[in-house]
Amino acid sequence: MIQILFFFFAAVAAGAAINVLVQKHVLYSALSLILMLTAMSVLFILLRADFLAVIQVIVYAGAIMVLFVFVIMLLNLPEDEDGADRLRWLKFIGIPLGLFFFFLVGATVWNVEPGSGTQAPFVGSPQAIGRALFTDYLLPFEVTSLLILIALVGAVVFAKKDL
Amino acid sequence: MIPASWYLILSAALFLIGVLGFFLKRNIIALLLSVEIMLNAVNLTFVVFSDQHRQISGQIFVFFVLVVAAAEAAVGLALVIAMFRNRESLNVDRSNLLKW
Repeated sequence: MIQILFFFFAAVAAGAAINVLVQKHVLYSALSLILMLTAMSVLFILLRADFLAVIQVIVYAGAIMVLFVFVIMLLNLPEDEDGADRLRWLKFIGIPLGLFFFFLVGATVWNVEPGSGTQAPFVGSPQAIGRALFTDYLLPFEVTSLLILIALVGAVVFAKKDL
Repeated sequence: MIPASWYLILSAALFLIGVLGFFLKRNIIALLLSVEIMLNAVNLTFVVFSDQHRQISGQIFVFFVLVVAAAEAAVGLALVIAMFRNRESLNVDRSNLLKW
């Protein structure tokens, strides 16, 4: 079972990464990269890095890639010649899949059992990561905030037309 | 269990794909996406060794790589916007003012 999951998602990650290179329009490359990041998060779960798997989806696929897609759409790149008609049939797949996902999440939330809370934390739990982050790696963690601030100011300076 | 070598092979393959993309593509956003692929390949290596050695440090490093990737994406995309505004093109071959 683990092997099947590994091979499937390893193939998805590699295929999506290749697809990033093959696609002509960069927007499709970005969307393909999102698929790769999601497959990587499953591989993280297989490696018992639960926290990183969640962070991978929320921060990487959710925040960083949104930035990419936003900029690509903002620039309105010229080589996009295909009209929206080509994607018309997708709604026949997308709507049932969306409903399926909704009911899947609903059923999972409905059936969730309250945890006992006494299980020993394993390698990649948020508890273990948080403890390491705020004890052994406190200084790098704080320097990170400085890095983010510098990146924020730098991005504003670069992107602004004239200061 | 999956042997660690399989994960490392996958990671190496992903890194190779990223390097190939970085050298073959000419669109600057595609270059940034290739860098993201490479960063993810390295992240996978960190997590594999973290699992292998039963140490949390590897996953902490992935956390920091994630932060650096976010900063890099923000600054890089700001540069892309500035470049597009000045040249109306994202082709890196067009930006050759400093080329001898």
